Amino acid sequence: MQELIWLLPTFPLLGFLVLVLTAGNLPKQIVALIGAGSVGLSFVTAVFIAFEFLASGEDYFIKQVWIWMAVGNFNPGFSFYLDGLSLVMMLVITGVGFLIHSYATGYMADDPSFSRFFSYMNLFVAAMLMLVLGDNLVVLYLGWEGVGLCSYLLIGFWYTKPENGYAARKAFVVTRVGDTSMAIGLFLLFAQLGTLNIQDLLHTAELEWSVGNGLAVAASLLLLGGAVGKSAQLPLQTWLPDAMAGPTPISALIHAATMVTAGVYLIARTHTLFELAPSVQLLVAWIGLITLLMAGFTALTQSDIKRILAFSTVSQIGYMFLGLGVGAWSAAIFHLMTHAFFKALLFLASGTVILSVHHEQSIFKMGGLRKALPVSFASFLIGSLALTAFPYTSGYFSKDEILLAALELEGVGTYLWLGGVIGAFFTGIYTFRLFFIVFFGENNGHFPDKEVGGWHMNGPLILLMILSLVGGFISIPVETVFSHGIAHEEHHVSALVHGFMIAVPLSGIFISYMFFYSKKWSIEALMSKPIAQKLHAFWHSGWGMDWLYDRIFVFPFVWLAQINREDLIDRFYAIIAEISRQANSYVVRSQTGYLRWYALTLASGLIMLLVLGVLL
Amino acid sequence: MGAIPIEHGLILASILFSVGLIGVLTRRNIVFVLMSLEIMLNASALAFIVAGSRWGQADGQVMFIMILTLAAAEVAIGLGLIIQMFRQFKTIDINVLSNMKG
Repeated sequence: MQELIWLLPTFPLLGFLVLVLTAGNLPKQIVALIGAGSVGLSFVTAVFIAFEFLASGEDYFIKQVWIWMAVGNFNPGFSFYLDGLSLVMMLVITGVGFLIHSYATGYMADDPSFSRFFSYMNLFVAAMLMLVLGDNLVVLYLGWEGVGLCSYLLIGFWYTKPENGYAARKAFVVTRVGDTSMAIGLFLLFAQLGTLNIQDLLHTAELEWSVGNGLAVAASLLLLGGAVGKSAQLPLQTWLPDAMAGPTPISALIHAATMVTAGVYLIARTHTLFELAPSVQLLVAWIGLITLLMAGFTALTQSDIKRILAFSTVSQIGYMFLGLGVGAWSAAIFHLMTHAFFKALLFLASGTVILSVHHEQSIFKMGGLRKALPVSFASFLIGSLALTAFPYTSGYFSKDEILLAALELEGVGTYLWLGGVIGAFFTGIYTFRLFFIVFFGENNGHFPDKEVGGWHMNGPLILLMILSLVGGFISIPVETVFSHGIAHEEHHVSALVHGFMIAVPLSGIFISYMFFYSKKWSIEALMSKPIAQKLHAFWHSGWGMDWLYDRIFVFPFVWLAQINREDLIDRFYAIIAEISRQANSYVVRSQTGYLRWYALTLASGLIMLLVLGVLL
Repeated sequence: MGAIPIEHGLILASILFSVGLIGVLTRRNIVFVLMSLEIMLNASALAFIVAGSRWGQADGQVMFIMILTLAAAEVAIGLGLIIQMFRQFKTIDINVLSNMKG
């Protein structure tokens, strides 16, 4: 069965090919069957492979399918590398992916481009599986760019609206910045270590580079650049909120559960490099912390249901980066998994809400939807509890592990821990702000006739609810992958610290309750202060990052483009053309059309040659 | 009978050639242009004959016969073109046909 690991990306790829080649001529039922079925088949295969792998007790398993290219000592193969880490990723991608595909068959049922949607989705799953299963960085990079392409195609899925196209381009260009950095990192690694096979590379790096080696720092910094681009971390986080222009299942699959966590996967996969560069590893933690706080504040002020969830995603990936940065590799991957469960749940539930209230996305135009949308209500309740790390939900275990690992770090660990706890406090506020405003209180205009649903939409929601609740009890088999990192259950902290960490998110929920449910505290009174208004505007704009990037990058570029409208370089060639044209206008006069003139020229040419011949 | 010195023959040939060339350059009547061309051809043929007799080689006469044939063919085609030209443009003035200027 393990031998069949190549089937995993092949099923969705075949699905993509069939859907693309039939170009939307298949009936919708067949498209849904191919689209969701291919991923389902992958999931079943993945489960069988996982069981066999875990039963075998091996640390890893390699299956080479073919050599991609062989140039000298550079011969990356299409080979699959399965260990605890890629096992977790593979199951999350195919499992959550299948649930979201199933949901999407209902969500997108009325869309005229149904087939196109599923072809992109299948291509995405295939590329994502290549990313996590590839045993060398070249295949990983292939998958990396593949998911970037699918993300672009799916953000701009409703391409008739110009702002969707703009959001898609923004996502593509911003992640490209990171991808370029990553490509340079790959060049550097290959030039220095002579291989791109991940395990060989890490092994060689450990032998050749001492801790703090300049090359190790450079290589891990460049890889980090790729990771922050893909995972929407500071300073490349601006694309993710705009990416919500795509259909909601896309936001769930690509921009919450799988693709945006590729950066976390990359760092975890090459964690040996980061351990060789402790300064960069600490930078990862700080990036994660600052991003999670900034995104948390921004989420407080948003009004679009999907943008709140998007900023929350940025914030949660910040937690994963924080975990990676403090060396809690397995905790970060654990949070990646639980986050995939509850954030997919939240996004899918928000999709149901949005469909039910006729494509309204502003939470202030909803309200009181508790009775009308029972499934979404339950999903949001469980998802929000998991997101705010309510005790014994999945998010509680994973976030706890990250924060405790941060606390154990010597030096700045306490600050990182404190920042993470403050972030958790704001997570509580913004999550339940959304929850209370949408599902309680008075309805503000958009009241649904009935909840959109059906088994293929509600089934995934229910399964994800269960996973969000009990996902924390899943034990992920990554100990052998991260032998150096902080191990799973070694945290010994006082009950006081533990109680504090439980109480903080709860107090966030309480504040949200006082403001948005019981209305004992007035949000209007708070907002009437000028400082609050200014902060609100500042946070609402995402800390002015878009404004800043417009000033730093976009405006100078546009300015350059404008002054170069005439194309300075082209001027040089235009001069050459102009000289030829001028010369032509002089010489053309010799072509008189008179036969006798031509004869005269011939004769005089002959005489000239004769004279020259005689003289010389 | 003494042989004609080669200088005499060549001078005659170059005079004939110049006469022909001047004819080509100055006449506007295309029939005369064609005739001048014939003179030029025959001038060069004469040069071959003179040279052939000077070195006692038959090649000069061979070339003469070739040039004669060429001239005959050229006249046939040239006259045909002139007749066509006259039919098309109702003129045999070569200067009228100057449409192909740059």
